[in-house]
Amino acid sequence: MNTEQFRICPESGLQFHKPAERLMRTLAVTAIVILLFGGITALLVTLTRWPAVHLLPPDRFYQMLTLHGVNMLIFWIISFEIAILYFCSSTLLRCRLATPRIAWLGFALMVIGVVVNNAAVLKGDASVMMTSYVPMPANPNFYLGLILFAVGALLGCFVFLGTLVIAKEEKTYKGSIPLVTFGALTACIIAVFTIASGAIILIPTYMWSMGWIDHIDPVMYRLIWWALGHSSQQINVAAHVAVWYAIAAIVFGAKPLSEKVSRTAFLLYIAFLQLASAHHLLVDPGISSTWKIFNTSYAMYLAVLASMVHGLTVPGSIEVAQRAKGFTQGLFQWLRKAPWGNPVFSGMFISLLGFGFLGGISGVVMGTEQINIIIHNTIYVPGHFHATVVIGTTLAFMSLTYFLIPVLFRRQLVMPWLASWQPYLFGIGMGVFTTVMMGAGTLGVARRHWDMAFTDSALGFDYPASAYTLMGLVGISGILSIVGGAIFILVTVLSVFFGKPVASASPYGVSATVLPKAEPTIEPEGGHAALGKWGFAAPGTFVFAIFFLAIFVVYYAVNWKYLASVWPMQ
Amino acid sequence: MSAIQPPAETIWWKQPLDRVEGTWIGIAFVWSLIMFFMMPFWHIYGKQNLSNEAYRTTPAAFMAKTQAMVSEYTVRTETDLQLPVVHPPPGSDVYLIGRLWQWWPLLELEKGQTYRLHISSMDWQHGFSLQPVNINTQIIPGYEMVLTITPDTSGDQTIICNEYCGINHHTMVGKIYITDGGS
Repeated sequence: MNTEQFRICPESGLQFHKPAERLMRTLAVTAIVILLFGGITALLVTLTRWPAVHLLPPDRFYQMLTLHGVNMLIFWIISFEIAILYFCSSTLLRCRLATPRIAWLGFALMVIGVVVNNAAVLKGDASVMMTSYVPMPANPNFYLGLILFAVGALLGCFVFLGTLVIAKEEKTYKGSIPLVTFGALTACIIAVFTIASGAIILIPTYMWSMGWIDHIDPVMYRLIWWALGHSSQQINVAAHVAVWYAIAAIVFGAKPLSEKVSRTAFLLYIAFLQLASAHHLLVDPGISSTWKIFNTSYAMYLAVLASMVHGLTVPGSIEVAQRAKGFTQGLFQWLRKAPWGNPVFSGMFISLLGFGFLGGISGVVMGTEQINIIIHNTIYVPGHFHATVVIGTTLAFMSLTYFLIPVLFRRQLVMPWLASWQPYLFGIGMGVFTTVMMGAGTLGVARRHWDMAFTDSALGFDYPASAYTLMGLVGISGILSIVGGAIFILVTVLSVFFGKPVASASPYGVSATVLPKAEPTIEPEGGHAALGKWGFAAPGTFVFAIFFLAIFVVYYAVNWKYLASVWPMQ
Repeated sequence: MSAIQPPAETIWWKQPLDRVEGTWIGIAFVWSLIMFFMMPFWHIYGKQNLSNEAYRTTPAAFMAKTQAMVSEYTVRTETDLQLPVVHPPPGSDVYLIGRLWQWWPLLELEKGQTYRLHISSMDWQHGFSLQPVNINTQIIPGYEMVLTITPDTSGDQTIICNEYCGINHHTMVGKIYITDGGS
């Protein structure tokens, strides 16, 4: 091993391969620049949907909404995820990154893709929303940019897989890969499927936009496009769950309750999420109910089961680690004594709660074949996915970034007090935002719609006053979240470029627990279950889980009741 | 070892489950099965299900059928655009066109009667969103969707478009008037 190529972080004990480190830093900075751009468009979109403000004219609104969608849902998240893949392979397995030059080529393609796609939208003839449903045409460069980005990301996936091979060949670890790397591998496998689906539909669509093909069937487009559009969100789920486990390990030295359960749950994502594009076709013509019911659930909702398992095992592993440290009083002392001022932890925990309670429950409810009739294309839908992708994925990645600034960028965090408030502002702002959005959607307010007052229309329609109140709250809570996002960007950019070099201890005391020299948790007599109650190792988490299930059941039943009130149809 | 390190036990797949995990997996799995069975259950016992009835069509063919209905059953026109209001007989086939940026024609249906509502698009994709009753479906060019509906509420309903369809998407509004029957 060429030791010149490696650096050991004195804080965490993590070992960085220098070429991989440069790639991770560049990818993370690029991702945050895209996040900034996405945030500016978020502000413009929010201020337009806030009825009292109604800022932009319609053409600008749809243009900004298109930019917001592609930059946030695809470019920001996937750029950051490629950095996570390199971290989970090269850093966690303590080995060199495979073919750094190919990795740089992939990065270059991704950046070119972002620029080409964004330029097409800014030019004004590609305001087709992220979904670009045919036969609405866009400037061909819109599709070309997405294709280039996808090829670049695919190269990143192959570099990750190659690095796993190198680590195994060079025996840089013993036994199996860590759980977090396993989760990243899950994300990578889903990413390869996703990108392949994207290629299958976007390449013909590009050819159609160039005039080389004269027809693309719109239902086929929707089916295959959503294997890109929805599966890419499943990359996010796998990646941010891996980040949750990583943060539980970093902050608490937590070990998985059982490797078997957590890994099987990740495998369920691969096996049962892929055709979840069915969720988007539940009210489409030409597709049978049998197909819809089967593909929305695979007869037993095993992907939902997987998320419910992670929802228990991640906080459960934290509870066990905390109990082992002596926080054994009652059901919740372990949680009260958690480091709530540390944004690495607080962000991760808010991400977990928001993803489960808001994003998870709403997603399953609206993915039910018949209930989708009262939700499809209302603003409920963006309410749901902002809970999964913004509170779930983005906030988890923000938390990880606070850890990476001292470790990867070797800078102290500037304004740590501001950073410690940021997850609360962003997470709670977004929690209100998604809740009121779903409320407005229940009243029938449309998504992707410039004017809920229909002022220019010949016939007109008046939503109830409560819908306007809810959309006003969408505006206010949206602004709060955007301020939270801006604080994140401010703190990270200032820290990376102007922060003091890390001298000794990082501000959040994550140092000693990251890679403990010895076995981290003390196994008490009779296993760690002895520290819990009722023979449960994590009784507090179990009570939370039951509380979650109760809300889930009630909300599910309420939606069936609402459905039963609409016109009979068959 | 923590989750960012290789498992301490090489044979980790033989470690027994914690009781908390096993219990939760059991509960969650039962709930997952219940959620699945609710969907076929509602097809049998519920009243709100999409029909699965759909046909391939063309804009010209669908326009011809709609025009025939409009010619036969128009009862009045509305607004400066002279939009026809059609009152088709109960139980009949009713046609509705989505196009940039209009739902055409306006419909007048009787409360409590059943109609076969055919919907298709002349151009891009549209979203049929009936408010305030809140029924939403996807309307796709080349596909004719058939919904067998029974309006059981009084009061007028508005059709808005909730699939983005270009610059005047927000002006795409139609109406379904509900009369109290016996007309």
